[in-house]
Amino acid sequence: MEPISHAFKDNARRGLADPNLQRALARLKTGFQERRTIAAARLPEFEALRSQAKEIKDRTLANLDFYLERFEAKVRETGGEVHWCQTPAEAREAILRICRAAQAKSVTKGKSMVAEEIALNPFLEANGIEPVETDLGEYIIQLADEYPSHIIVPALHKTAEQISELFLDRHRQYGNTQRLEEVRELVDEARRIIRPRYVAADVGITGANFLIAETGSTAIVTNEGNGDLTQILPKVHIVIATLEKVVPTLDDAATLMRLLARSATGQELSTYTTFSTGPRRADDLDGPESFHVVLLDNGRSKMLGSEFQDVLRCIKCGACMNHCPVYGAVGGHAYGWVYPGPLGAVLTPFLVGIEEAGHLPNASTFCGRCEAVCPVRIPLLKMMRYWREREFEAGLGAPALRRGLALWAWLAKRPALYRPLTALAIALLGALAPRRGALAHLPLATGWTRDRDLPAPEGGTFQARWRARQGRGARTAA
Amino acid sequence: MSASDTGGGNARAAILGSVRKALGRGPLAGAAREALESGLNDPAPNLIPARAQLPHAAQVDLFVAMAEEVKASVARVGSDAGVPAVVADYLAQHNLPTDIVMAPDAALDAYPWAARPLLRLRRGKAEETDAVSITGALLGIAETGTLLLTSAAERPTTLNFLPATHIVVLRAEQIVGAYEEGWALLRRQGSPPGDGGFMPRTVNLITGPSRTADIEQRMQLGAHGPRQLHIVIVGGEEG
Ligand code: SF4
Repeated sequence: MEPISHAFKDNARRGLADPNLQRALARLKTGFQERRTIAAARLPEFEALRSQAKEIKDRTLANLDFYLERFEAKVRETGGEVHWCQTPAEAREAILRICRAAQAKSVTKGKSMVAEEIALNPFLEANGIEPVETDLGEYIIQLADEYPSHIIVPALHKTAEQISELFLDRHRQYGNTQRLEEVRELVDEARRIIRPRYVAADVGITGANFLIAETGSTAIVTNEGNGDLTQILPKVHIVIATLEKVVPTLDDAATLMRLLARSATGQELSTYTTFSTGPRRADDLDGPESFHVVLLDNGRSKMLGSEFQDVLRCIKCGACMNHCPVYGAVGGHAYGWVYPGPLGAVLTPFLVGIEEAGHLPNASTFCGRCEAVCPVRIPLLKMMRYWREREFEAGLGAPALRRGLALWAWLAKRPALYRPLTALAIALLGALAPRRGALAHLPLATGWTRDRDLPAPEGGTFQARWRARQGRGARTAA
Repeated sequence: MSASDTGGGNARAAILGSVRKALGRGPLAGAAREALESGLNDPAPNLIPARAQLPHAAQVDLFVAMAEEVKASVARVGSDAGVPAVVADYLAQHNLPTDIVMAPDAALDAYPWAARPLLRLRRGKAEETDAVSITGALLGIAETGTLLLTSAAERPTTLNFLPATHIVVLRAEQIVGAYEEGWALLRRQGSPPGDGGFMPRTVNLITGPSRTADIEQRMQLGAHGPRQLHIVIVGGEEG
């Protein structure tokens, strides 16, 4: 999809005004947040596993070339092929070539954020190949011609009622004319309609949660079983994955598995974790006859060695967005591209450019809940700050903010001026809001105060208070 | 071969070059490379949770508890002879058809199916019309109540996903603590042992029946895969 991240403010306002979305977001708190807390508490080793997972990913990234080559060698040994692609265009072409060679008319797809990233569906359609999404959430948004609002729950923003309406409209072609009321009925109808599509498809495309260098296996994690039917029924299985998905061994994958579902949905393990290695063996009765891995860079190799390297540890669990107050207020579509939430705030500017996505790293209260739950301990806040710095250096951002920051920086380097001026500012602000202790409007910052009050400062500057506190001696130091 | 037909020989070199540039070095060689290679050829487990390291009887109990928690049903039976009756009872209780597709797996021949002539068994892979399947499993993994199934000529993967009811029969001795014990067994069974070629085409870790929470985060069983997962454990203490 074309990013619309530049319109974050408008997108966010729309999200805030959408009662259906607000209900869905409220459910995140009682759902995923609480369940993650329970699941983490049930496993005493959870924190130690997080540290180990970080270490595994760091070690892999430090030797990424070695593990990718080894992964490729094992895929070939087991009868599969690896297609290296630098850009989304190359990946789309590689997939099209494989589909053409299989004379494919339709392909089934498991949920893949990388497929969203390269906008695969419109490309296949333009080339006369029908893509059929099989993950229920992806299927719903494909019918609605939308894009995911959450990386784990793509149709999070839709109510059952809206989905019922959508099914009634789009399933008429299959002779279904009844309006369905229950979630159960909606699930059953989707199951019934998608079932024959698995069998009819010539090619099945899935993503990958892990690529295993030890064995050349690719692994997917699902709850529905759609990713499995997608890969065992058609003649051809294509896996699309980015470079950083590789891990050294099955044991390393096991460590990450123990964190992924617990962090994502609070499950102990997702229902299906499937390792696929090569095409079907000579005497197997089912499974794909050929196996392809489309290995996409799309900027990952440039993140390596940069201040954004740590985000390559991401295992796409979604915990950071589940716990983010900004995501929880505005929803995923506000972020205007494939990856929402704190992950998107860091990743999207890299993938679509800071000019397009400059608002995203600013869409944060810097409360730190994302970092507190990230299973691979990605310093998301630090990286949002890097983007703010880059944005500032690149001369982007609102002019008033830029002037303000430049003035502050100039002052801060001049303590003789900074101290009296900040003291004066505090006295002024305090005088403006003597009763309520809060400012509903602030001259020169009306944008900031439009949706919130600025608490009026009390009790002098930080520096003055610090000096006073130091003066009281070491009594409180312990 | 991929490199030529994608014009991707260049892409491969460019990507690896870009990775190495970022890492500030050329291709790994010598001792550094050997250390990484031996890590892959002789892999060691990472931290294994205490809950996965219980005595065997406790492991079996944990397996049952965890599987039931994720809405699998579990039956325990003392002897091989009792298995067909347990299966027949389950099907009768749930008003399920007695036409069954079963894995052509020698491990399942131990059970005297002929004693229950009402169970009509077909051996092979699953078709769209099959409602009930029976398979074995390589292992049960206690830490999360997970079944580990591997594909082979006698163990088609479609049996695990197409029918609405999947019945898995395994022996109590096949229940272990941790995923890593599964990897170790796969590596031992593979030929040649220790080689990366030990993996069957498909290894399924299955934890409960299929489900989705994609609509309003409300959990429903039976999204695309089985609605029911019934696990029959043969032998072990409880009998
Ligand atoms: S950044 Fe961390 S919390 Fe967010 S999706 Fe990635 S791994 Fe999960």
